[in-house]
Amino acid sequence: MSLRVDNLKVYYRTLRGDVKALDGATFTVADGEIMGLAGESGSGKSTLGKSLIRLDTRMRLVEGGVELDGKPLPIGDQDAMNAYRFKAVSLIPQYAMSALNPTRKIGKMISELLGARGVKYSEIKPELERRLDLVGLKREVLNNYPIELSGGMKQRMVLVLSTLLNPSLLIADEVTSALDVSTQRAVAETLVEFRDREFVKSMIVVTHDISLVYQIADTIMVMYAGKLAEKAPADVVVNAPRHPYTQLLISSLPEVGVRYADRKLAGIPGSPPGLLNPPAGCRFRDRCPLAFARCVEEPPFVEVDKNHHVACWKAQ
Amino acid sequence: MSMLSLERVTKRYRVGAFGGRELTAVRDATFAVKAGEVVSLIGESGSGKTTLGRMVLRLASVSGGHIRFDGTDVSRLKGRKLAGYYKHVQGVFQDPFSTYNPIFKADRVLHTIRPTFFPEVSAAEWRKRIDTALESVRLDPRQVIDKYPHQLSGGQLQRMLIARALLLDIKLLVADEIISMLDASTRIDVLNLLADLKERGLGILFITHDLSLGHYISDRAVILRRGVVVEMGTTDKVFGNPRHPYTRTLLSSVPQMHHKWTRADIARTIDGSCAIHDGGACAGEPQLVEVDDDHLVGCAAH
Repeated sequence: MSLRVDNLKVYYRTLRGDVKALDGATFTVADGEIMGLAGESGSGKSTLGKSLIRLDTRMRLVEGGVELDGKPLPIGDQDAMNAYRFKAVSLIPQYAMSALNPTRKIGKMISELLGARGVKYSEIKPELERRLDLVGLKREVLNNYPIELSGGMKQRMVLVLSTLLNPSLLIADEVTSALDVSTQRAVAETLVEFRDREFVKSMIVVTHDISLVYQIADTIMVMYAGKLAEKAPADVVVNAPRHPYTQLLISSLPEVGVRYADRKLAGIPGSPPGLLNPPAGCRFRDRCPLAFARCVEEPPFVEVDKNHHVACWKAQ
Repeated sequence: MSMLSLERVTKRYRVGAFGGRELTAVRDATFAVKAGEVVSLIGESGSGKTTLGRMVLRLASVSGGHIRFDGTDVSRLKGRKLAGYYKHVQGVFQDPFSTYNPIFKADRVLHTIRPTFFPEVSAAEWRKRIDTALESVRLDPRQVIDKYPHQLSGGQLQRMLIARALLLDIKLLVADEIISMLDASTRIDVLNLLADLKERGLGILFITHDLSLGHYISDRAVILRRGVVVEMGTTDKVFGNPRHPYTRTLLSSVPQMHHKWTRADIARTIDGSCAIHDGGACAGEPQLVEVDDDHLVGCAAH
């Protein structure tokens, strides 16, 4: 087991109280697994991704723990966490376009970054060049400023950079959402390639686009309003989801081949609850067509089938 | 008879220090939108799709060619005639949160139309019309009236803007990426709403980068690449039998829900054969050639 997250709760501090953005997540990610983490805005997917590497000043670890490769990961402790960042856990930020320092040449920036982690640039340079070749970037980009690269090139550069020290866990936060369709595919396939070559052991791909993550992920975990709704192999989530939210969400997504004239898709009525004072019980019940009396109790996230976890009374 | 027709529309921007260089954002775009028809304008970033929409809405000037609405050249309209044009043609844009002024209540956008366009209508009568318009976009007036923009969801705000357009005597709606910022579970409702309005006779220019959305809703599709229309025609033909290599590349890279990417897609993409010059040298003429009934393709060199 590469990553084990146990009852993790991370709240945002606000003047009006705590926003319960991530309210009790328990799951594991196996070695070599690419897990897609899908959800709508406000579902807590980015909070979960971020809390595994760096809690910002508004975020507060309330409860729960994280284990990486059998050892606890001190996510609540900023300084202790520093020893793990980049080496054991690494992140590709949402806006990779603006993640590179514009005032440094890329090679210089990498050498400073490695220096801060006590690694010599000259030692890692051959490997860096091999990986640049792999993603189709010229070695000369190391002498360029970030502004000289296109969006897709910057995204690939950040991808190489974040995985340079072979981290155990890579968190990719919406890495493809700012890219065009054709570059999107190339970047997504590079993620798979990096896993296959064992540059990273396991990966969490945070996205709102289920159809994209379905292409590359082994498993998909769906979140709703700060809670886990469902986690299963990618094919199962897309073809045979058990949680009503996943079912409705999947059936509301248009894809090439579906026409309004032939098959009218329907959205999910209503909107997610506010997370300042979320209702007790199942958070989807106000919008759920299957809701019944028991839904006022909170459904546990349990394994209903092999590797298939669902938090719904109706699915058990 | 086409309601909106574009004829060799070109847009050039001056860029660089002191406007020393010229950049052609759109070159010789020719297509039309009929009443009761949804035309998708599909392209990646920098393809000129938004520029085209802005030119139709008169938010950007036309550098060459003509945009005609019901036979009149749009670019020459001024004063009262321009107001008359805006009575029929309206736009809704990508970001609903920045469209509204956060200081005022959201329904202000519905009230400000009256003095400009309908000074003869009384305030009470106008309020009734607002209710009807809101209901026709499936919003409950009691839930959205007297609220500030931050109290409403993106989908509600976007629908309110469509309601605003409906209050006018609208014939053409330019919808520029209107659902790309909405959540997956609610965006389809806004899309279905557009399809309903279309069935009531509204013409829609649907600008998007998302092929699946374009396919879902539109009757005709126009594929843009670097400011040039490379392929256009009925949606069935453009998506079912794409003839331009660029369209094929786009279609093979779009992530599908029940179909995983395969190597075969890529093989199809590499086949960069030109639909016009079969095996011959591509000169790269800008003209589109009709390869099938209502299906035009440009040269692969574009």
